[in-house]
Formats: sequence, structure tokens, C-alpha cells
Amino acid sequence: MTQLPTHTDKKLGLAIDLDTCVGCQACVTACKGWNDQGYGAALSDQNPYGADPSGTFLNRVHSYQVQPDIGAAQIINFPRSCLHCEDAPCVTVCPTGASYKRTEDGIVLVNEDACIGCGLCAWACPYGARELDQAAGVMKKCTLCVDRIYNENLPEEDREPACVRTCPTGARHFGDFADPDSNVSKLVAERGGYDLMPDLKTKPTNKYLPPRKKDIPQEASLLAPLLDIQATGFAGWLDKVLGKLG
Amino acid sequence: MNAPVINTSPAVSDEVRKTTCYMCACRCGINVHLKSGKVSYIEGNRDHPVNKGVLCAKGASGIMQVTAPSRLQQPLRRVGPRGSGAFEPISWDEALDLAVSWMKPLRETAPEKLAFFTGRDQSQSFTGWWAQAFGTPNYAAHGGFCSVNMAAGGIYTIGGAFWEFGQPDWDRTKLFVMFGVAEDHDSNPIKMGLGKLKARGARVIGVNPIRTGYNAIADDWYGITPGTDGLLILSLLHCLLQAGKVDLDYLARWTNAPLLVNATEGPEKGLILKNAESQPFVIDKRTGAPAPWDGKGVQPDLGATWQGHRTVFQHMAERYLSPDYAPEAVATRCGIPAARIRALAAELADVAFNQAIEIKQPWTDFRGDTHDTMLGRPVSFHAMRGISAHSNGFQTARALHLLQIVLGTVETPGGYRFKPPYPKPVEAHPTPHFVTAPGKPLSGPHLGYVRGPEQLALKDDGTPARIDKAFTWENPFSAHGLMHMLIPNAHAGDPYRIDTLFLYMANMAWNSSMNTTKVMEMLTDKDADGAYIIPRIIYSDAYASEMVAYADLILPDTTYLERHDCISLLDRPISEPDAAGDSIRWPVTEPDRDVRGFQSVLLDLGVRLGLAPMVNPDGSAKFKDYADYIQNHIRRPGVGPLIGFRGADGDQEGRGDANPAQIAAYIENGGFYQAHVPQEGRFFKPWNMEYQNWAVQTSFYESPQPYLFNIWSEPMRKFQLAAEGHGPIQPPDHLRARLIQAMDPLPVWYPPFGDQEASGWGYPVHALTQRPMDMYHSWGSQNAWLRQIRGRNFLYVPTKIWEAEGFKDGDYARVSSPNGGITVPVAHMAALNENTVWTWNAIGKRKGAWALGDDAPEANQGFLLNHLISELLPEKGDGMRYSNSDPVTGQAAWFDLRVRIENVGPKDHATPDFAPLPRVVPQGKDRA
Repeated sequence: MTQLPTHTDKKLGLAIDLDTCVGCQACVTACKGWNDQGYGAALSDQNPYGADPSGTFLNRVHSYQVQPDIGAAQIINFPRSCLHCEDAPCVTVCPTGASYKRTEDGIVLVNEDACIGCGLCAWACPYGARELDQAAGVMKKCTLCVDRIYNENLPEEDREPACVRTCPTGARHFGDFADPDSNVSKLVAERGGYDLMPDLKTKPTNKYLPPRKKDIPQEASLLAPLLDIQATGFAGWLDKVLGKLG
Repeated sequence: MNAPVINTSPAVSDEVRKTTCYMCACRCGINVHLKSGKVSYIEGNRDHPVNKGVLCAKGASGIMQVTAPSRLQQPLRRVGPRGSGAFEPISWDEALDLAVSWMKPLRETAPEKLAFFTGRDQSQSFTGWWAQAFGTPNYAAHGGFCSVNMAAGGIYTIGGAFWEFGQPDWDRTKLFVMFGVAEDHDSNPIKMGLGKLKARGARVIGVNPIRTGYNAIADDWYGITPGTDGLLILSLLHCLLQAGKVDLDYLARWTNAPLLVNATEGPEKGLILKNAESQPFVIDKRTGAPAPWDGKGVQPDLGATWQGHRTVFQHMAERYLSPDYAPEAVATRCGIPAARIRALAAELADVAFNQAIEIKQPWTDFRGDTHDTMLGRPVSFHAMRGISAHSNGFQTARALHLLQIVLGTVETPGGYRFKPPYPKPVEAHPTPHFVTAPGKPLSGPHLGYVRGPEQLALKDDGTPARIDKAFTWENPFSAHGLMHMLIPNAHAGDPYRIDTLFLYMANMAWNSSMNTTKVMEMLTDKDADGAYIIPRIIYSDAYASEMVAYADLILPDTTYLERHDCISLLDRPISEPDAAGDSIRWPVTEPDRDVRGFQSVLLDLGVRLGLAPMVNPDGSAKFKDYADYIQNHIRRPGVGPLIGFRGADGDQEGRGDANPAQIAAYIENGGFYQAHVPQEGRFFKPWNMEYQNWAVQTSFYESPQPYLFNIWSEPMRKFQLAAEGHGPIQPPDHLRARLIQAMDPLPVWYPPFGDQEASGWGYPVHALTQRPMDMYHSWGSQNAWLRQIRGRNFLYVPTKIWEAEGFKDGDYARVSSPNGGITVPVAHMAALNENTVWTWNAIGKRKGAWALGDDAPEANQGFLLNHLISELLPEKGDGMRYSNSDPVTGQAAWFDLRVRIENVGPKDHATPDFAPLPRVVPQGKDRA
């Protein structure tokens, strides 16, 4: 059992806008690219050119169909990665202390030197956000790009997670949820951001901004014909329409 | 807590090199990080005008491309039968000498016997220049099977189109409507634009049979029946006209709506009426008398009738006010209820006219009239292959532009904005050139915009001058050629036989051809003497694609990170509405194998062939390589491939002498250059003198080119007149009726060709392909990361058909068309037009290609719809078979496909199941 901190100074995380995500997978490969050469072991790929290629990804995007009671079916694109929970079950289950939550910013990390690859944390995580790297034999997960966000070798504007920097639609927002005036806190307040599976009481830091209601007709009143063209003929219409130009 | 100390500031890389992405056609700027000389990470370039730092799934996966096992290693010469994959490695000198030994005799006797077609080429101003120097008329790139309807429909109507030509005013638009955008062109810019709209709560509407990707986040979705977008648009026009919700001031000032249509019976009927100076004119409301179309202070009368000739406006209004276009009359065919069509029209009108915006920026138009502000109608549109890949796509594209015009949105704040060098009217484009002579260059550039029958590429005997029959009566405005007809025509010897087929980056033996099975046969077919019907095939590609096995000589290209390239304003630039832009690629890493950039190879071939623009008087090479050409080629005085850092001191923009340090300056500047449009010139560009003068200064025109939008298309009417029997150049009789229908000078809708027959013969279901955002364009499909995201494709089946056929997960369907059948895995999808099935394009691969394992899902369960699509329409009792293309432009009508679906239960692989291609590179094992 590993202890969770009772308090973190910051609660860094992501607000992910499901109204804006087109499911393009840009965040998936930007994450793969950065973390393949970043924190800890590389993200290996097994059988990359054969049947069932499978590699380690810290972030994946799924698409779900939703059929509302009324109206057309919809598709929701859903990015999934570690939510950096306040009550992270992956941490408390870890037998070696390898999984831990940082007190300074709340990021949940794996100390790969201490990880024995037992997989208990992946089993405990209800979000499927951890993947055991088959080549390195250690558990991999989203680090919130801890090696980017404080990195003094990067320009200030690049000190954000790779997935946020690359997102073409700007659907991913990074910030401090402990600060009510942060960009992410404001977005959550404005847009009704919510926790994923709140009944599990994991208290995720990351929030999802829900899709706006779709397929609702606008208020614009239907266009009224200028006059009955059948009755007055084209000449009447022309006079009427051009009269407006005056 | 004993948290370990971690290094949160690791060194990122040794060096960052900024170049241009090529994982698709967007041309985003990328920062390529290198560690110990190897590519370690790729991210978007924040300064770059196209992507402003973001990058898509493909872009970040480019690191897997530069090490892909499918990369070709050295030049190859075929030693076994064609298609057997038996090759021997040869040196570059041997390869080039062999190519020259085939090409030189052709140039000296019959240059047209070399057909040079490039696929996803981004150097068309260069490859076209080479082909022109060689002297063959047979050159084009892939636009004919991609989206020429979009490009040509726009050019003939407003002098620009979507994507590279122009885009929505993302910062100001309040309502954005996209038609038929299949997650591809353009990729990151549309996503960025959608993100901006979403961030400020602007409304997005998707018109598409399929609700994935961009359409999935649309606030409202119109799941239209494929091929009926034009009908829907004309019905929207009907509603707007009926209610008088049209921008009359805009129409009167900036379009040909007030010009008069000649009503005199005879050879000029329907042409724009001209005065004694051959100039069109308007009736001035102030005087009721004729006045110059471009006269200062003139107030054109849209309702004028002069000596029996009526305005374009009246012709237009009369047509679309017809009850034929009422929502109730089109609803069933479009698959959209009439009330929904009326609601959409109301929304468009509400935003355009009740929510207009204004920028306080005075400006002066070409008539000399000044305006205190810029009035904007914040409705914008985007459309792509979903509407253009139909046989009515040209007219549908025109209809969409007409809708934009009538709402007064084009080039106004919040609407659609041109990107330099556009706007460019038809008159500012070249006409096609096709006259050949042994040993001589072609008479001019191959591709262009036809103004009338006299510009068709026909020989004196009336037969087509080009192998693809571009610019003929069958498809007069084929501005991008017809690459999809190249191999079938060469095989049939119709209109003539060729000798050498020279292809670049075009997977014609697989996903880039209609009727793929047949095309593979055509490539290997022999005549009675045992000789190949297409005698010689030269192919250049960087990867072991399916096409490689069908070539006689392989010229291996580099990957995009190992080469020079030029994204030129002479070609397909990377401009933004507020700035012209161009860019380069440069070798950020050197090739580790015996390959050469194709453009440099072309220059080498040119020297060996003695092509004049490529050699010095003493016969030596004028350009060392493509990089040298990029810097030193002069297209016309002061104008070269790049607009930035021109002149000996590198301080000139647009025009100036060649600068030997130009590429170094581009690299220093992040790989690109921008020339900014002056503030006063940023809207109303076709008519704004500040813009026009800047465009001349920056080299896009030689003189200002103000023009009126063509609601009524005179070039089209000229073809109708010919089909009606007027004029000395006459079409064949069997094409008259089709020309009269297709070349209507006002946008019109007709059912896609073959639709009625297909439906009558029992093919009730529409079948489409889309390109996945994470993998569009086939060269990404073997990428180690991307194939983990999408290694399989299914036939997505709507609920109605799913239930009727009793499909279950794991089932396969037999999918049949008049052209054949395939057996493929199915998946259920509810967010889909109820009469439409679809799949992802180009996931299916042939076994043995792309260095994939024989057990790869792409080569077993993956499939193409291409087998179901014939390049020819069915014979209709007149003995004629027409190409499966738009009758105006020749655009491949991929999306006219109609099929029948039957459940055949669970299977373990798709059919047709071709024999594996022998490998030209070893199967990929582990990641490099």
C-alpha cells in the first residue's frame, strides 16, 4: 500500500472538450512521440508491421455512438488517459511505492526504478489508463508531460503537455484546478465540466466538458414569401424585390 | 512521502530543424528534433501560417516514416514478367541511361508517346515545366480523380474555390455550413477553424450522409442522400429568392447579375450582350440607359430589360423561383424533410441579413467608388469531395458558390475569403496547350481553363490530342486532366497508342484506380506478338507500394525529411487570406540508402535528354539539383518559384533577381515566407484596388484584374450553343444532348449518371469512402503507429439495412455493383443516411506490399471499394461507353457508386483475395 498525499499544492490536469473533439487522434501520436523519448522507458511497439500490432500508448481516443430518444444518432469522440485522481486507487494498490501522487502538483507518476511490473495498478484503475510496456516490463501512464511543463529548455509557451500543444481543435486545456481563476476552472464552471464515473469516488482531477445539445433548430422564423408568385407572376416578384433596393 | 527526485528539465534535443510536413497534403510547418543526428521528435511549428503549432496524428508519426521498412533502397530494373516483382538492383547511371534510351527516341519522333503523370505531387509547376520542355501533351497530376470539380467549379464562378484558394473567415463567421467534407482537405486548418468557432459558440452545420469527424461535432446534421447536394442548394436558393432575402446591392456591384443576356435567336443567343467595343454593359438606374460595367458611380439595374434582352438576375431568379425547386419538390430525393430545408434557408438569411457585421475600414473599388466601411455577412461554407466526386459535381460546386454570392458573403467579413494568388478569374489562367512537334517543346502549359470550343485539345481531325481525352467534348473543362483514364485509354489505344508510361507517387495498381482488378490486367496485358500493350512503365516512389511491381524501371525517391521541395505560389501555395505564403522542404536528415529526390532526377534526365531549359549552351547542367532550380529558375522576368528573399541582397519580395542564398534565408526563417496583404486590401479582393495593386507588385498579376463573379457562365453557354448547332466547331451528335444538359450557364442539378439505371437494376444502396483524419493518403497506411490506430476497415451499414439483412458483429457482406462484387466485413452505424454504406479509403493493402506481414489485417480483412467502380459507364444501347466522370470536368465520379448488400455470415478474410506480391523490400520486423 502506498499513501496518497492529504493535500496537493496544485491540482494540475486537463479539461477535455467533448463538444470540440473531432476524434482526429493527433493527441495520441503527439503523446506517443514525446513520451517515446521522454520520461522513463520508451513506449515500445510489438509486431509493428504484422498482424495485431500492439504498442504502448498513454492516451487513446475512442468513438461512441449515442442514440438520443428523439433525433438522429450522434458520435462522441472520447479521449482517454490518466485523470490524476485525488483518491487514486492505482497509488494505494501499489505494493512497492512506485506509483505515487506528487504533493506539489498532484500528478500521478510511476517511479520506474521501483516498479516491478506486477500490474496491480492497471487492474485497480477503473479508467484503463495504464499500460504495461511489454519491452521494458514497467508500467507506463500519462505523466502530464512532467518533463515538459517545468522544462526550462523549452520556450515558456511550450511548457504544456504534448497533447495540448498539438490539439488542432483546441479541445484540450491544461491548468491548475486548485485555482478557481485558472483557465480550466473557468471552463469547467462555464460549461458544466464533469467527473468521469463520479460514483467511484476517485475524484479525478481531469474534467470533461460535455457536448452541447445538438440538432436543435435555431430560432430564426421561417422565411415568408414576399408575395404569391403563382398569382402575381415573376414581374410582380421582381418589382417587389427590387423595390427594396430603393 | 518519499517521492523520487526527477529531472523536470531534461535536454529536449541536440537541434531543431524546421521544414514542411508531407504526411498529407496540408503542408504544415514542423519542428524536427534531432538527437545524435537522428530524428527524435516531430512537433508543429508555432510560427507557421498553416498550422500555427498544432500537428495531426499523421504529422507526429512522420518519425516512423523516415525509418519505415517499406522504403525502397536503390534503383531497380525488372527482370521477370511484369507484375511478378522480379527486379535487379542497378546503379543510378544505369537507371537514367535506360530511361533516356526509351525517352530520347520518343522525343525525336513522337513526343506524345511519353505520358508523364504525377500523383500526389506538390511540385506541379516544376513537373509540368519538365513535361512541356519534353514536348509531350500528356501530362497531368491527380486532380482529375480527386477534386477538380471543386477547383474548376469555383474558378469558373468566383475565381477561386475552397482549401488552397480560400477559406471561411474563421475569426468572424457566425454560421458555418460544410458540405461533403470527408475528414480530409484541408485537415489541420479546418480543425483549427472548427475549434475557433466552438470556442466562441458559433454555429456549425454538417451536410453529409455520414456523421463522423467534423460532422460529429456539428450542432446540426443534414444526413443527405449522396449526389443530391446540388438539389438541396438550389432549393435553398428558391426559398431565399422567394422571400427576397438576397443581397441585391452585392449582386448589382460585384457579379454579372446586371449584365444582359442576348435574347436574339442565333449564334449569340444566351451570350452576354456586348457593345460596339466588345464590352459588356449594364443599364444605369440613374439614366435608364446603357453604361459601362466598370463605370464610376454607375448604378446597375438588376431588373432591366433592354431591347428585349433581360439581365442575368432575371434569368437566375426565374429559374430558381420555379416550383421545381420548392423544398416540397426536392425533399424525397434529398432525403431531407421540406421543413428542415426551409429552416436551413431561414437560418442562412437570419445570420446574413439580421446579424451583419461591419469593419470600419475605408476602401476604394475598381470603379473608383469609395466605401467608408466593409460590410460583412457572417455566413460561410466549405465543401470538398463529397459533393465534387459525383457526375453532377461541377454544377453542384457552382450552385454552392451561387448560394454564397446571393447571400453576399464572398470576400466580405465573416464570409468566405480568398487566399493569394486568388482571386484569379478564368481570364487570368492559361488555356490548355497540346500542339507537339518532334524534338520541340510543347506550345505552352498543358493545363488551363477553356473559354470556348476553339480551345479544346482536339487535333485537326477532331480526335483528342491527349491520351486522357482531357479538354474534349466529353469533358471540356478538364482543368486537371483525367489520370483515372490514363491506363484504360493507353491499354485500349484510344485515342492512340503510347510507348512509355512515366508515373510519380501514384498508386495506380491499387487504391488510386477505379476498377483496380482490371487495371492490374491492363498493366500486364500483351498483344498477339507477346509484347506488352503498354510497352514501358517507369515509376518513382519512396515506398514499396502496390504499383512498384508493375513497373519496368523504379526510380526510388527519398522520404519528405530527406529532400528539397518548394511549395510555390506558381503552384499550390500555403497562403492565408491576409498573406501570400510559400515554403520549402530541405534535407533535415540525409538518406541512408541509394535513393534520390525525384525532382533532382527529373533535372538529370532533362540534361541527358538535352532539354533546352535544363542545359547550358555547352550542354552542361544548368541546375545542379532541385535546390539549385528552386533558387535560380526564372519563370518570367523577376519571378521564380519562391517569392521571399529575392534579389542579390535577399531583400525583395514577390519580384526580384534570383538569390543564391534564398534557401538558406528560408531555413533561417523557419522554412516559409509570408507577404502580408495591406490592411485596406484584406476584403473585397477582386474589386479592391489596394489588393489589386499589391497583387501586381507581389507578382500574381501583370496588371490589375478586377472582374465580376459569373452567375451566368459564358464559356458554358458557348458549349451549349455549339451543341445546338451553332459555330464552326461542332461536337459529335451523340454528345449534343449531354452537353446541352451539363453545360447549362446557370447552376443546374441532374441525377448522377448511372443512378437511375443502377437503381432500376437492383442496386439501391449508395456506397462511399471517407479518408480517416489519422491516415488519409495511402502512404501513411504502413506507418507503425498509425496502423495501430486504424489497421482495419469495415463496411459501415445503417440501421435499416443492418436489421433487414440480420447482420451480427463478425458478419461479412457480399457487396455487388454492375461492375462486380466484393466480400467484406461489416459494422453497424446509426449516424448514417439510411440508404448509404461506407468505408475508410486505402486501409486495404495487397499482400506483400508496404513491407507488411502476410498476416497483416490490411491485407486480409482490409478491402477497397475500387473493384466495384468502373472507369466506364454501362453501355446504354447506343454502342458508346462514356468515362465514369463529370461531363464538364472529367472528375472521377467515385461517389456515384450504387450497390446491393447481402449478408453472407462470418468469414475470415475479404475478397477479392489477390496473390501476394513478391517483395521488393523485406518484411518489416521490429521498429527501427
